Amino acid sequence: MTLALELDDLRKSFGSAEIIRGLNLKVEKGERHAIIGPNGAGKSTMFNLITGRFPQTSGHVRLHGTDLTGLQPFQINRLGLSRSFQITNIFPKMTVFENVRCSLLWSMGFKYSFWNMVSRNRALNEGAEEILEQINLTVRRDLPAGVLSYAEQRALEIGITIAGGADVIMLDEPTAGMSNTETDYIVNLIEKVTENKTLIVVEHDMGVVFGLADRISVLVYGEIIATGTPEEVRSDQKVQEAYLGAALEDH
Amino acid sequence: MSTANTTNRAYGAITLGTLLPWIIGAIILLVLPILMGSKGQLTIMSQMSIMVVFALAYNMLLGQGGMLSFGHAVYMGMGSFLCLHVMNASYFGSVPLPILPLIGGFFGLGIAMIIGSFSTRSAGTIFAMISLGLGELMAACVLIIVVFFGGEEGISGYRDEGLPFFGLEFISHIEVFYLIAFWLFVSAALMFLFSRTPVGRMANAVRDNPERAQFLGYSARWVRFVSFSASGFFCGIAGGLSAILFEIATESDLNVTASGVILLIVFLGGVGFFWGPIIGAVVFILLQTVLGLQTHLWELYVGVIFVAMVMYFPGGLAGIIMSHAVAMSLGKLGLLVRPYLTCVLPAIIGILGLCGLIEMIFHMREAPTGETEMTLFWTAIDTHHIWAWLVFGVIAAGGILLARQQSSVLKEAWDQANTIDTPAEEPS
Ligand SMILES: Nc1ncnc2c1ncn2[C@@H]1O[C@H](COP(=O)(O)OP(=O)(O)O)[C@@H](O)[C@H]1O
Ligand SMILES: [Mg+2]
Repeated sequence: MTLALELDDLRKSFGSAEIIRGLNLKVEKGERHAIIGPNGAGKSTMFNLITGRFPQTSGHVRLHGTDLTGLQPFQINRLGLSRSFQITNIFPKMTVFENVRCSLLWSMGFKYSFWNMVSRNRALNEGAEEILEQINLTVRRDLPAGVLSYAEQRALEIGITIAGGADVIMLDEPTAGMSNTETDYIVNLIEKVTENKTLIVVEHDMGVVFGLADRISVLVYGEIIATGTPEEVRSDQKVQEAYLGAALEDH
Repeated sequence: MSTANTTNRAYGAITLGTLLPWIIGAIILLVLPILMGSKGQLTIMSQMSIMVVFALAYNMLLGQGGMLSFGHAVYMGMGSFLCLHVMNASYFGSVPLPILPLIGGFFGLGIAMIIGSFSTRSAGTIFAMISLGLGELMAACVLIIVVFFGGEEGISGYRDEGLPFFGLEFISHIEVFYLIAFWLFVSAALMFLFSRTPVGRMANAVRDNPERAQFLGYSARWVRFVSFSASGFFCGIAGGLSAILFEIATESDLNVTASGVILLIVFLGGVGFFWGPIIGAVVFILLQTVLGLQTHLWELYVGVIFVAMVMYFPGGLAGIIMSHAVAMSLGKLGLLVRPYLTCVLPAIIGILGLCGLIEMIFHMREAPTGETEMTLFWTAIDTHHIWAWLVFGVIAAGGILLARQQSSVLKEAWDQANTIDTPAEEPS
């Protein structure tokens, strides 16, 4: 099997409202898969179900063939899946460096150790410096993460997500609220750090999506109405109607 | 200081800078009893040292782990009770006294692991309420489980019945102080090192953002559990030391009041820095013993100080000290000397005047009728004489008014001391 992620009739209701209405999706190993769709379609909810933030109402998520039902976020993370958040989710009082170093700890095998000194491990600290270098935040190294600019915090959010070296990376609107230059920078960064990895990304900027993705899924009202290569999706009649229609409603 | 060259950074190199505070601390502990060797002074210093261990252990939870406990005296108190039972046991003659605190520590650890297994499920209000409930429960148990807690009298014992340790029997106060100082140093060093371990770092992460920590592979609950257990261990050590010093443990060692005191101490010192609780414990014990001898109202003053700290200086004494770091690094600390003299000093004098008035009112109401003499600030005063009231009234009003008037100067100086000077523009 070369499937990295598989959704099997995944459903989620909040109260009586069914928000995710039977998702089926197969993402190949090494594939870059974009999820697009109007606001409120359920993209973030889908991420939350896959990563164990919420329990699903029914259906299955499989990561490298392992059923994730009932697993906690930290258990899913240990299986090699890491995610970022649409709303920046970092450790605001800790320094930027500390943020990144903490994200490396588990993957480097430190677990709940209270007999190692974090400052004495060369591989750990160099790894953290390297990530800082990649996300261009070396100059901010010793500042509390909470004082960074919005774009810098978004970069840190991605840094924290990729630091652990998970082989399935899920990014929820990584470029939201960014200027064009910042977007270009982040997209380059994403391409660089997800090389040879499986990427699932929610993105609104169509330029970014068509440049980055191998395949695209269109999520509308909790259902995937189309999946395919960028060309296939672009020319899909249903997508044209539903997504354009919804996008108009939004404004 | 660290060099800019990241590739050659020597990770974890032990520098003089990191060791210096510890060397100074050790010297202070060694020299203090020589400078202040009276029985009373030694007892106060021993009491302080025990409180420092307890306060540091408490801050492992509050400052580093973000868990607010209202029942933490339980772990220290249980350590105390167990150690007293050991002191009363027939085998105590073969136990060297210096290892007794370790026994208390492991008992504290055990209790913390049992309670932590369910109470660390969440931080926040639920954790706080569970700790409060358990604190009340344990205090009630003291009166119910008489075998272990000895009812209202508590449990007492004799420390000098242990196995002599290289000839030491710990009868004299100075030997006891050095024993406590040794454990203080070891515990403080271990707690400091703990905060530098992976799980210690993750305790900060879980405090800041438990959810995100879960997406990095860490169970927030396990991280909290490990911190909680470690804290229980050091509380137990403090309890063992208390058993050695006081040779008695009672309900008042583990009730909710005792838990409130440690919270107050840690907040007073400052939760944001490792050494904050040390200052808090030293200052509190000083207030309790020195001020407590001078006035019956010392708890009122401590309460007011506490409320004022929480409201205006939530970083505690350590926070106040560290707020000068920027001005210091800019080399502008000198700018603050004058406004401190013209504003803060009058404020302190004014507040002392106010305290004088409060003391006189208290004396008038509480002293037996006919007795109008009292001693205030080392002077004899007649409370039925208008002059006494006038003098203290003028000092209080004058000091506070002067401070108010000068406060804008202080604020200006503060702002100036904390801004980077922009170099004057060059003439073109
Ligand atoms: N925790 C929740 N409780 C109730 N409703 C929710 C919750 N999370 C999301 N929803 C609802 O689910 C729908 C989809 O939201 P979301 O997944 O954030 O959409 P998207 O990310 O595609 O913009 C929205 O209508 C939202 O109100
Ligand atoms: Mg969303």
